[in-house]
Amino acid sequence: MAPPFLRVAVIDENALRAAILVEGLRAAGHTEIEVIASTASLLRRLTEIDPDVIIIDLQNPSRDVLEQMFQVSRVVSRPVAMFVDQSDGDMIQAAVDAGVSAYIVDGLRMERVKPIVDMAVSRFNAFERLQRELDTAKSQLEERKIIERAKGILMKSRGLGEEEAYALMRQTAMNEKRRMADIARSVVTAAALLGQ
Amino acid sequence: MTAPATTSGLARPAQVRGNEARLVRAGFIPLIDIAVLVAAVEVGFAAREGLELQLIRDVSWSNIRDRLAFRQFDVAHMLSPMAVASVLGIGSNPYPSFAPFALGRGGNAITLSIALYRDMQAMCGLKGDEDALTNARALKDVIDRRRAEGKPPPVFAMTYPFSSHNYEFRFWMASAGIHPDRDVIMTVVPPPLTADALAMGAIDGFCVNAPWNIMAVESGVGRIVATKPDIWPSAPEKVLGVRPDWAEANPESLMRLIVALDAAARWCDTPENHADLAVMLSGENYVGASPRMLERLLAGDLTVDPDGRHRSIPGYFTFHGQHANFPWLSQALWTYSQMVRWGQVEHRAEQAAVAASAYRPDIYRAALAGAAIAFPPADSKVEGLQNDGFIDGRIFDPARLDAYIGDFKLRTEPGTSNTPF
Repeated sequence: MAPPFLRVAVIDENALRAAILVEGLRAAGHTEIEVIASTASLLRRLTEIDPDVIIIDLQNPSRDVLEQMFQVSRVVSRPVAMFVDQSDGDMIQAAVDAGVSAYIVDGLRMERVKPIVDMAVSRFNAFERLQRELDTAKSQLEERKIIERAKGILMKSRGLGEEEAYALMRQTAMNEKRRMADIARSVVTAAALLGQ
Repeated sequence: MTAPATTSGLARPAQVRGNEARLVRAGFIPLIDIAVLVAAVEVGFAAREGLELQLIRDVSWSNIRDRLAFRQFDVAHMLSPMAVASVLGIGSNPYPSFAPFALGRGGNAITLSIALYRDMQAMCGLKGDEDALTNARALKDVIDRRRAEGKPPPVFAMTYPFSSHNYEFRFWMASAGIHPDRDVIMTVVPPPLTADALAMGAIDGFCVNAPWNIMAVESGVGRIVATKPDIWPSAPEKVLGVRPDWAEANPESLMRLIVALDAAARWCDTPENHADLAVMLSGENYVGASPRMLERLLAGDLTVDPDGRHRSIPGYFTFHGQHANFPWLSQALWTYSQMVRWGQVEHRAEQAAVAASAYRPDIYRAALAGAAIAFPPADSKVEGLQNDGFIDGRIFDPARLDAYIGDFKLRTEPGTSNTPF
């Protein structure tokens, strides 16, 4: 007989990351998953859900709030930090590196929880990669935009053609050993200061 | 950040011997009392000892504890009661750590919502210059009246169950007969969220370190009613928490770190350096607050009421003087007495000995043996004497621990704290 499903509470203010994790857990057959996005009613929600496992990201300051709840509350069954059971050092290391923390109802066997934590780790890592790619794309776009603006300013104020303006910035960047986007930013700032 | 001109006099870096790590990773929470660690990096005291001290900002004390346990940090800016809790094995991941150096004193204050304070004024005729005990008594009157009117108790926040803030807030209330587990609801709010939580009415007051109290006052939502020196001037605050296996593998690095922090603490205690220190701390990577506000706080100048009332508190921050860095066993034991008082741990003689072992004055003395420093004659002392009195007027003699704990009228038995949610 398969063991009954575990109830999982995901505390994450990042809705996108929470959604990615929930989708992964659902695909793995876990159906009882609740996301708590706001920490304002944390204990009430946890009392309602009565989870077997709580997944919370390490960047969430509410970890200290949980700590206090576990100290004083008799409502939520006593969860313990997954870190307490140090038998699976690799898993814990991976979780800390990915920024995942889990609280597990005392007495629950680690084998049952491991797939959930592993899933959280891999989804957190995937989200992190996604975020990095997005950030890179965004900053590349912004740099292209600022270079375009600087080019326009140079063309107008110095009467240069498009290619000449571009070449001038590239040469300056090479001479000063700076990035072209930085040169472009200086041009735009200077133009703003000079009221152009 | 460029180091201020004071670095020019520093000697060339010393070399750390053998295979010991030069890099020391230290976790911290953005609060003014990271000053000693920041000065050790920015002014160059750590580099002079041949160490590369890397400060890593974090968001919760639980993270500080866990990242220390899982070797992402070697040492950490830590609440002094965290070290005591860790050796007692209480809390959710009680990995033992120890404190060989205190990072200074001061910085805490208790702030109530403006609405609650104005109630206290109306009911008890407070003019605004009353002392902390009078304010606590006025709070008791308001709480009693609200209870008689069938209104819910106020909700008060601190930052962590094992924190100076928790024990000081409770001590202040209890000094006026308010029972923190029966008459009010105690909860946790992370420091950067305290002013917002007060503004939204989610809480009615909080106890937290600087700069969050005056941020709440200056944004018009809070009123400071007590500061740490009002409750107990030399109350322990943050300590350097150390991971035992790191210390074992890097004994010389630990000694050098303590030497560097001692020099940094002296530097931080010098008023002429406060302007530089405020600029350093103001960076987004550290505290992220305005340098002018930080400088005022370092000088002990606090706006206590949005109406503009100020208090000047000499020694509001003490980073080095008066043995502020010494890890007094008596202070670890006082923390323990409060843990027992509020039902976090059961009192047994051997537990007390374990609690005291969180503080390591022996390491402090060994590390600074060659420094020009006046050591206290003993590792423990009677606390609360002369100009260092507790708000309840009692003294704490660690040799009479049982009697001290037994004489508290207001206390909570283990396992019986209410469920205040």
